[in-house]
Amino acid sequence: MNSWSHIKAITKRELGAYFSSPLAYVFIVIFLLLCGFFTFMVGGFFEPGRIPQASLVHPFFDWHPWFYLFLVPAVGMRLWAEERRVGTIELLLTMPITPWEAIVGKFLASWLFLALALVLTFPVVLTVNYLGSPDNGVILTAYVGSWLMAGAYLALSCITSAMTRNQVVSFIISVVLCLFFILAGFPPVIRLLEGWAAPWLISIVTSFSVITHFDGFQRGVLDSRDVIFFLSVIVFSLFTTSVILRTHRAG
Amino acid sequence: MIKVQELSKLFGTKRAVDEISFSVERGEVLGFLGPNGAGKSTTMRMITGFIPPSSGTVTVGGFDVVEQAIAARRLIGYLPENAPAYTDMTVYGFLNFTAEIRGLRGDAKKKAVHRVVGTCFLEPVLHQSIETLSKGYRHRTCFAQSIIHDPDVLILDEPTDGLDPNQKHEIRQLIRRMGEKKAIIFSTHILEEVDAACTRAIIIDRGKIVANGTPHQLRSKSEWAGAVTLRVTGISAAAINERMAQLSAVKRTAILREDATSVTARVFPKPNVNGVLAGSIADAAQGWRIEELHTEEGRLDEVFRSITMPDTATEEKK
Ligand SMILES: Nc1ncnc2c1ncn2[C@@H]1O[C@H](COP(=O)(O)OP(=O)(O)OP(=O)(O)O)[C@@H](O)[C@H]1O
Ligand SMILES: [Mg+2]
Repeated sequence: MNSWSHIKAITKRELGAYFSSPLAYVFIVIFLLLCGFFTFMVGGFFEPGRIPQASLVHPFFDWHPWFYLFLVPAVGMRLWAEERRVGTIELLLTMPITPWEAIVGKFLASWLFLALALVLTFPVVLTVNYLGSPDNGVILTAYVGSWLMAGAYLALSCITSAMTRNQVVSFIISVVLCLFFILAGFPPVIRLLEGWAAPWLISIVTSFSVITHFDGFQRGVLDSRDVIFFLSVIVFSLFTTSVILRTHRAG
Repeated sequence: MIKVQELSKLFGTKRAVDEISFSVERGEVLGFLGPNGAGKSTTMRMITGFIPPSSGTVTVGGFDVVEQAIAARRLIGYLPENAPAYTDMTVYGFLNFTAEIRGLRGDAKKKAVHRVVGTCFLEPVLHQSIETLSKGYRHRTCFAQSIIHDPDVLILDEPTDGLDPNQKHEIRQLIRRMGEKKAIIFSTHILEEVDAACTRAIIIDRGKIVANGTPHQLRSKSEWAGAVTLRVTGISAAAINERMAQLSAVKRTAILREDATSVTARVFPKPNVNGVLAGSIADAAQGWRIEELHTEEGRLDEVFRSITMPDTATEEKK
């Protein structure tokens, strides 16, 4: 498993890079604050009638697609843009590793970082368990779904990061890209489409939506189609990243 | 070890590298010279597999750098131009990372890191963040990275750029020593390095090889090569000119400096009379008070200029 050891070395380095800059801590703090604020204040966690059921699902996980819209591109923007700006890409890609190993290694590092951020939201879970008796199975599948969704966003950010050496440009483009994947399943947008589009078109559009696919997880259903959707967005995006990196080098 | 065949690179319609071919064997140190934008870095990037060639092939140790990229890259150590390095890491962390990527583990890794830290004098900055290093130290760190796996082939793009004179000297010595067992290509703008470290040099200009030979061969292309410089006292410039013109081996005489006490002249030989000129001048100059008499070796910078800028070089001569 030579490949694996290359990926591991790169992942380790990238994770180190996150934690040697303030970005990681800022990110985690913002994420946790947002989660707390939206869950308990905006999400109506304490609304009368909610607490007995003590469900996390809506007040907490409903916001994730929107948090990720800004937070994940912020995590992913530096992945390749920084390598290109500093020139280390020339070192990395002339090492005896395949571009795939580099791409996967970097992606994994950021994905693990997002996993850590998610894990650190555990006080929310403790709170609901203290206040009532929620279905922890549902919470777990929702977490898995949320992580997969973050992975899909992250892979999209990899593409935009590989396209430019400017992190800000990368950030903006990936927000727009991710926004498309959210809006495709956002009820107001669907209602708008229903006015004129044929039903088959709507179903194609909504099939690209992260919200639609995330919904199953939130209900505690681990549908293989949803899992496959997120995984294929990831694989496809990483593949696109490799194509972009190759074309860039070709000049 | 390194074989480059009809290698070309087009950026858009611009030919950065134009059908160049050469090879480097183990035990050779090849100096890569050429004006800015000549295509040195581009050629090196193709050899290391960073950018794919537009046409032509490169093999390293028998492996094609495009088709068998991984096998070829294992043999190569590469110092890119401007010595990039991960600024968020410490020198130690960075060297460990590159050692790991090169497949070194455990004790072997520790030894390799220790060895290059010694060779590149990185001890004082070992635990400093690369971001805060001075330019020279950053350069050395990246250089250390390129030799960490003791590669058979070294590609160094301006390895002495930004180093202080002592370090330049050390690195040249190092390149020279390593060159006995490896195949090395390095590019430079410092012509003394060709003498100090190279067994052979190539000059490229606008993507084409315009000269290829040992430092001695290149120098002998100089029109100064074999010329004799002469300084005498008590004789007028006209007298020197006259006496020299009588010698059959002399092409022309140039008076370099003339002051109250002495005259300095340079005597150029006709083609193919190298070596004997100084003797015949000494004979002809009997009775003069000679203060200085020596044969010029030919100068690389002058060869470099006359090859890469033929127009201005001839103008200056007039
Ligand atoms: N990615 C690129 N896209 C377009 N043109 C490029 C690219 N890289 C290099 N070039 C062009 O190719 C030519 C050769 O560049 P190269 O960097 O190889 O020169 P060099 O010999 O290394 O010069 P220097 O001594 O300044 O380092 C230059 O004209 C440069 O502008
Ligand atoms: Mg260059």
